[in-house]
Amino acid sequence: MSENLKIIEIEVLRYHPESDREPHLEVYKVPFTDDMSVLQGAQYIKDNFDGSLTFRWSCRMAICGSCGMMINGIPKLSCETFLRDYHPNRIRIEALAHFPIEKDLVVDLSGFIEKLESIQPYIIPKEPRSLEQGEYLQSPQQFNDYIQFTSCINCTLCYAACPQFGLNPDFIGPAAIALLHRYNMDSRDGAAEERMELVASEEGVFNCSAVGYCSVVCPKHVDPANAVNINKTNAAKDYFLRFLSPKGGSK
Amino acid sequence: MKSGLKRSNAPIFWGLFGAGGMFSALFGPMLVFITGIAVPLGLMLPANTMSYAKMMAFAQNIIGKGFILAVIALFLWFAAHRIFHSLHEIGIHAGVGAKLLCYGSAFIATVISAVVLLSLGF
Repeated sequence: MSENLKIIEIEVLRYHPESDREPHLEVYKVPFTDDMSVLQGAQYIKDNFDGSLTFRWSCRMAICGSCGMMINGIPKLSCETFLRDYHPNRIRIEALAHFPIEKDLVVDLSGFIEKLESIQPYIIPKEPRSLEQGEYLQSPQQFNDYIQFTSCINCTLCYAACPQFGLNPDFIGPAAIALLHRYNMDSRDGAAEERMELVASEEGVFNCSAVGYCSVVCPKHVDPANAVNINKTNAAKDYFLRFLSPKGGSK
Repeated sequence: MKSGLKRSNAPIFWGLFGAGGMFSALFGPMLVFITGIAVPLGLMLPANTMSYAKMMAFAQNIIGKGFILAVIALFLWFAAHRIFHSLHEIGIHAGVGAKLLCYGSAFIATVISAVVLLSLGF
C-alpha cells in the first residue's frame, strides 16, 4: 500500500430478500485515494470483500442518475460525493429512503416509472400540423420558459428527500410534477388542461407542504419545489374558475 | 392518464391558508405591538386608543367589522392548516379526526365571531 493511501470505514445497509428478514448494517474498511468517490468505495467493497453487494451505477459523472443513495442520511449521487470529505469519520450508505428495497442499495422504482407515464411526458400538440406547414417555431424566450425543467435525470433523490412522499406513496411527487410542468410550459404543447386532472387530484400537488428539500438535494438544479408550487396556484385557479370556463375546466 | 382520479378539495383550505398567511404577515406583528405592548404599557399611543367607546365604534363600522372578522377568521384558518400539516409531518397521521378538529375549530370560531360582530349592530 502506498503512503498516501488512507482507510475509511464504510457502513453499508445490506438486505437480501431471500435470506434476510430485515435490512442490517455491515462495516467495511476501505483503502482510498483523494480522487475516489463513494461509488468507487462501493465498487471496491464489491471487488474485494463481498461480490454480492448490489447497487446501480452507470456513467460515473452525474449524468445517468442511477447511483443515488442515502449518504450519512442525505440523498446524494454517490459518483459525485467523495470519500475524502468524510474521512476520518465513518460513512454510512443506505438505499434511497421512502422506496421499497429490492436488494442492498437497489430500490424498486416501478411506482416512480408509473408516475412518469401518468403525466404524459411528451408534447401533445395544440393543433396537428402537416409536413408542408414545416417545423414548430419557438423563440428563445419560449425556450427559456421550460428549459430548466428538462434537466431532470430521474435519479429520484427528490423522492427520498420528500417527507410527504414518505408518508403518502401515491403522491405524484417532485420529479414527475417538474416534468409535467416542463411540458405544460412548452409553447408547442397544448395538453395542460388534460394534465390538470392529475395535478388537481388527491394524488396531486396539494400533498406538498412546501418543505423545499427536493430542490435542495436535486443534483441538476431543476427546482421541483418551484414547479409544484406554481401548479398549486394553477390548480387553485382551476378549482375556483372552472365554472366560468366555457369548457368547464377539468372534471 | 390514470383513471379514477378524484379532485382534491384542498384549494379551499389552501386558499384560506394563503390569505391568512399573507394577512397575518402584514398585520400580525403590528397588532401584537399595539394590543399587547404599546397600549398596556402606555407607549407612543394616546391613553384612550383602545377605550371601550372607541373599540365599540370600530366594531360597529362595516369596515371595522370586516377587519376584525378577517383578523380572527383568516388567522385561525392559517393556523389550522399549518397545525394539520405539521401533525402529518411529525408522524401523527392526520385522519378525519385531526381534520375535523383543526378546520372545525377554525370554522366554528369564524361563525361565532361573525354572529357576535353582527349582533353588535351598525
